[in-house]
Amino acid sequence: MCTVAEQVRIPALDPFPRDSFERRHIGPDRDRISGMLERVGAASLDEFVDGVIPRGIRASGSLSFPPASEEEVLRTMRSIAGKNRLFRSLIGMGYNDTLTPAVIQRNILENPGWYTQYTPYQSEISQGRLEALLNFQTMVIDLTGFPIANASLLDEATAAAEAISMFHSIRGAQSGPKFFISEKCHPQTIAVLQTRAKPLGFIPVVGDHRTFQFDGSFFGAVVQYPCTEGTVYDYRDFCRKAHGAGALVVAAADPLSLVLLTPPAEFGADAAVGNTQRFGIPMGYGGPHAAYFATREEFKRFVPGRIIGVSVDTHGAPALRMALQTREQHIRREKATSNICTAQALLAIMAGMYGVYHGPAGLRRIANRVHILTAALASGLQKLGYTVLHRHFFDTLLVATEASKRDEIRRALLERRINVRWFGDGLLGISLDEVSDEAEVETLLRVFATGGASCPGAAGLLPANAGAYAGAMRRESVFMTHPVFHSYRSETEMLRYIRMLEGRDLSLTSSMIPLGSCTMKLNATTELLPVTWPEFCGIHPFAPADQAEGYAVLFAELESYLKQITGFAAFSFQPNSGAQGEYSGLLVIRSYHESRGEGHRNVCLIPSSAHGTNPASAVMAGMKVVVVRALGDGSIDTGDLSRKAAEHAPNLAALMVTYPSTHGVFEERIRTICDIVHANGGQVYMDGANMNAQVGLCAPAELGADICHLNLHKTFCIPHGGGGPGVGPIGAAPHLVEFLPSHPLAGPPAPGMTGAVASAPWGSAGILVVSWAYIVLMGGEGLTNATRIAILSANYMAERLSEHYGVLYRGPGNRVAHEFILDFRQFKQSAGIEIEDVAKRLMDYGFHAPTTSFPVPGTLMIEPTESEPREELDRFCDALISIRHEIAEIERGEADRDDNVLRNAPHTAAAVMSSEWKHPYTRERAAFPAPWLRARKFWPAVGRINNAYGDKNLVCSCPPVESYAQDPVPVTE
Amino acid sequence: MEFPKDIRYTRDHEWVRINGDTGVVGITDYAQGELGDIVFVELPARGKKIKRGESMGTIEAVKAVSDLYAPLTGEVVEVNPELEKNSELVNKEPYGKGWMIRIRMADKNEVASLLDDAAYRALVGK
Repeated sequence: MCTVAEQVRIPALDPFPRDSFERRHIGPDRDRISGMLERVGAASLDEFVDGVIPRGIRASGSLSFPPASEEEVLRTMRSIAGKNRLFRSLIGMGYNDTLTPAVIQRNILENPGWYTQYTPYQSEISQGRLEALLNFQTMVIDLTGFPIANASLLDEATAAAEAISMFHSIRGAQSGPKFFISEKCHPQTIAVLQTRAKPLGFIPVVGDHRTFQFDGSFFGAVVQYPCTEGTVYDYRDFCRKAHGAGALVVAAADPLSLVLLTPPAEFGADAAVGNTQRFGIPMGYGGPHAAYFATREEFKRFVPGRIIGVSVDTHGAPALRMALQTREQHIRREKATSNICTAQALLAIMAGMYGVYHGPAGLRRIANRVHILTAALASGLQKLGYTVLHRHFFDTLLVATEASKRDEIRRALLERRINVRWFGDGLLGISLDEVSDEAEVETLLRVFATGGASCPGAAGLLPANAGAYAGAMRRESVFMTHPVFHSYRSETEMLRYIRMLEGRDLSLTSSMIPLGSCTMKLNATTELLPVTWPEFCGIHPFAPADQAEGYAVLFAELESYLKQITGFAAFSFQPNSGAQGEYSGLLVIRSYHESRGEGHRNVCLIPSSAHGTNPASAVMAGMKVVVVRALGDGSIDTGDLSRKAAEHAPNLAALMVTYPSTHGVFEERIRTICDIVHANGGQVYMDGANMNAQVGLCAPAELGADICHLNLHKTFCIPHGGGGPGVGPIGAAPHLVEFLPSHPLAGPPAPGMTGAVASAPWGSAGILVVSWAYIVLMGGEGLTNATRIAILSANYMAERLSEHYGVLYRGPGNRVAHEFILDFRQFKQSAGIEIEDVAKRLMDYGFHAPTTSFPVPGTLMIEPTESEPREELDRFCDALISIRHEIAEIERGEADRDDNVLRNAPHTAAAVMSSEWKHPYTRERAAFPAPWLRARKFWPAVGRINNAYGDKNLVCSCPPVESYAQDPVPVTE
Repeated sequence: MEFPKDIRYTRDHEWVRINGDTGVVGITDYAQGELGDIVFVELPARGKKIKRGESMGTIEAVKAVSDLYAPLTGEVVEVNPELEKNSELVNKEPYGKGWMIRIRMADKNEVASLLDDAAYRALVGK
C-alpha cells in the first residue's frame, strides 16, 4: 500500500535526519534501557523479548512501514483534512453545529490536565472531574425533570437501547417481549434498537404513536421529542396509554429543546435519553459526544453506567465518588445492568461546562434565538408558497417542495455549501442551530425563491415571531437554579473554575498512572492537534460522502495499518468503546453461525479471570456464559476448557479470551486453546485490552482469533478522557468480514451483515486521527520497540519490587508480560492493612494506585507502559518499597495497628496543617514520606471517602450550597 | 467473630434459628465481614414460596454483591422491615437486629442438612 504519508514524505536518504518521534514517545533512552536490561539479567533487548514471548507465538512477519516526523505528520494531516469539504450542516437528526466556548476548548478539550485521567475509581484524587460530572448530571436532572441521571452513555441510540433493557429488567417478568418504537424516531436510533432487541428476544414494533394501541405484551416504548421531522408532539396521552398497559416510556429528547419544552418527566415519561453534542461539542463526523440518561428514583438500581454521587470523607466534609457500583459489570459481571464501562466523561464534562458557562438564562437565549429564527424561516417559506408540514416545532422544519423546483433548490444549496435532509418525495428537513443568524435565514429564503421570486427579508419576518416558544408543550418549570450555573459568567471566573477543578485531579501531567490493563501511555500533543481542526470536527455524521473524502482516506489508512498489526482482513470502526466492541464482535459471531444454519449456538466460554465486561457483553449478545477455570499460575485450565467445550459442543458459540492474559502472562498454549474451541464448532473472540504487549511481536489473527476489538484509547494513544471517549474497532478474519456491523446512513446493508451498533457509521470518527498519527509517527519498528519497552519496563519494576513483595504470576522464563500483579493479601493478617490502605497511601506519595483487586482480590496490577522514563518507574518502585517499610513498622509493633500512615491515608493539606494533630506519627511522615515530594507534592482534595454513606444516601445532583458550610455531615461508622 | 450455638448454618453463609415450624434467617458474622459495609438488601416479599438452595434475594456492599440463597424450602411469613432503611444492622448485629426473613418450613427434615456451629467454623477455617 502507498499511504498518503508516503506520498507526501520528502524522499529518504536525508543526510541530516529529522528528530525522531520514537524517542519522544518511549520513556527510557538507550543508556537507561541498557541499565534496565542488566537489572533483569538480559544481554540484549532481543534476547530479553525472545525469553518473554516464546517463538511459537511470535508474529510471522515484522511491521515494516517507515516512521515520520511530527512536522511531516502534521503536514500530511493538513493535506488529508483538505480533502474534507466543510458545508454548513442543517441536517439535524440529533447532530447540530454549536459554538464551543473557546475557554472550554482550550482549557478542557485541548488540555492534558483534563484528558489524560482514567475513570475516577480513586475518588480522593479525582474530585475535579467528579464535580464537573456532577454538574452534568445536575443539568440533565433539571432539563429532563427526573431525579436520577448518570454521568453519560456512549450515544443517543445506545442510550435508548439501555433504557429499553432497563425497562425489560423492571417489567419483563409481568409483560410480554414487545416494545414500541415510534416511526418518528431518528433512523439510527431505530436501527440500533432493532439490533439490540434481536439477541435478547425482544420484539420491536415500529409504528405511529398517535394511533398505536398497546396490549399486555408490551414492556416499553421509545419516542423522539421533538420528533425526527421536527414536530413537538404532546406525548401525555401516549404515556398514559402505555402505563395503562404496563409499559414504560423513554423519550429521546434534544436537551436544548428542553430549555423551552415541557420536560419528559412532566409529560409522563419514565426515562429520558439524548445527545448533548449541541452543548458545545463539535460534530466530528459522528463523535465522540456524551449521551445522557435520566430516570425515576425507584429505578436507580437498574441505571446503566457510572453515577456520580455525593458522600462524605473521614473528616465529615462533602466528597464525591462513583455510586452504586454494584450495578456495574466489574462487580456483577453477567448479572450487570449493562456492559458499559468506558463512557464519554470528557464530553460530558464539556457539555456540563457549557451549562455552567451559559447558565439557564444563556441557554434560554440560545434556544429562543434558534426557535425564533426557525419561525422566521417557516413564515418566509410560507410567503414563498411552500407548505411547512407542521405547526409545532422547535428548530426543525419539514418542507414540501414541488418536483419542478427541486433541482433548482438542490443546485442553490450546493452552490452555497449548505446540507439539508432530503426525505424523498420532495420533503426536506431543515434544522437551525446556535450558529444560525438572520443572514442564514435570508440565504435559505433566497435558495427557495426559485424562478426569481421576490424574497422576503428575514428582518421583516422576525417581529411577528419575536416571542418565546408558545406552544402547548412550553416549559413552565425553572431549571439549573444551583449556584454553579450562576457563578461563572465572566471568562476570568470560568477559567479559574476550570483550573481549580483541574488542580484536584491527578492526571498524567503529574505522574505515572500505572493502571493494569488500561495502558495509560503518552497521548502526544501532535497526535491530538488535528482533533479540533474545523475540517475534521465540523462535519455532520450524515454529510454526503463526497464531502468527507479526507475521512475516507483516514479510515482506509488506519484500517490498513491495523490489518497489518493484527493480521485481520477488515475492521469496523463503529463501536464506541472496548465493551461495545466485545458486544459487536459477539454479534458478528452470532450472524456467522446463523448464516450456516447454526443460529442455536449460544454458549460463550469465559475464563474466570476475564474482564467483567466480557460476561456482561455475552449476556447482551444473547449468550449463556459458562465459566472456564484458571490454573494456579493464572493461565486457562485447558483440561477444563476441553471438557466444557466438548460438553457444550452442539451449542458452543464462542470463547472470549484476553491476550496476554489478565494475569499479565503470555500463555504458550494460546494456539491450543483456540484449536480446542474451533474443533468444537466455536469461534474465538479475543479481548484486545492487552494489545500493547502484542503490537509488532504477535498478531491476534495468527494466534487463532477470529475476531478481536482494539482499545484505540489504550494501545493507540487516544486519551482516556477521565472515563471516555473510548474507541473499540473490531477486526475480523476473512470468514467473518461479511458479517461486520452495517449502518442505515452508510448505504444499504448486504444480506447477513450485523445491524447498526452505534448512532454514527464510523463511531467516534473525530478522534481516529489520533491513532492514525501515532502509528505513522512511530513507524513499524517504532511501534514494535514500544511493545518491547512496555514489556521491559514491567519486568524491570517486577524485578525491583520482587525483593519486597510477592509477584503472583509469571510466564515463560519467569518473566511477566507488559503488566504484573503484586500480592498484598498477607498484610491483612500481619498488619491489619488492606489493599485499599495501600492505594490511598500511594496518593500521599503523589501517585495514582494501579488496578486494585483485579483479577485477584487483595492485589495491585501494575502496567507501566513504554512512555514512562526509568526515573519515574524508580520513583514509583521507591514509593511502594517505602510503603512496605511502613507496613513492616506495624508488623513489628513500632507503629499503631489502627492509627498509622496507611489507615489514615490519604492526608489532606487541611488535616496535616490543622492545629489539632493527634496521631502517633509526625505530620511530616504523613505528607512528605519521600524526598521528591518537597519539590512536587500533589495534595488529595479530600480525605478517605465513606463509600457506604454515599450508597445508602444516594445524591446524584449538586448538593445545596449550605451543605458545604461549616457543619460537617455526621459520619456514620 | 461469633458462631452462636443455638442456630444452624449453611455452606452459603446463611444462618437459621429454628422455632417450631418456622425459622428466622440471616447471614453470618463471617459473611458480613467478608462483604464489608452493606448498603442494600433485596429480600423476597411476604408470601413468596422459596426453595432450598435457590436464590431468594441479593445483598449489596460497596464493592461486592452476593446472592442470598434460601436455606430451607418454605414460605416467607415475615420480612425484617428495618433493613430497608438501616442495612448496616446486618453488619452490626448479624444474628440479632440484622435478621432478614422468617420462613414457614415446608419440610422439617431439611433442618438435618444444615451445619452446626462447629461444622460451619471448620468450613470458614476459624
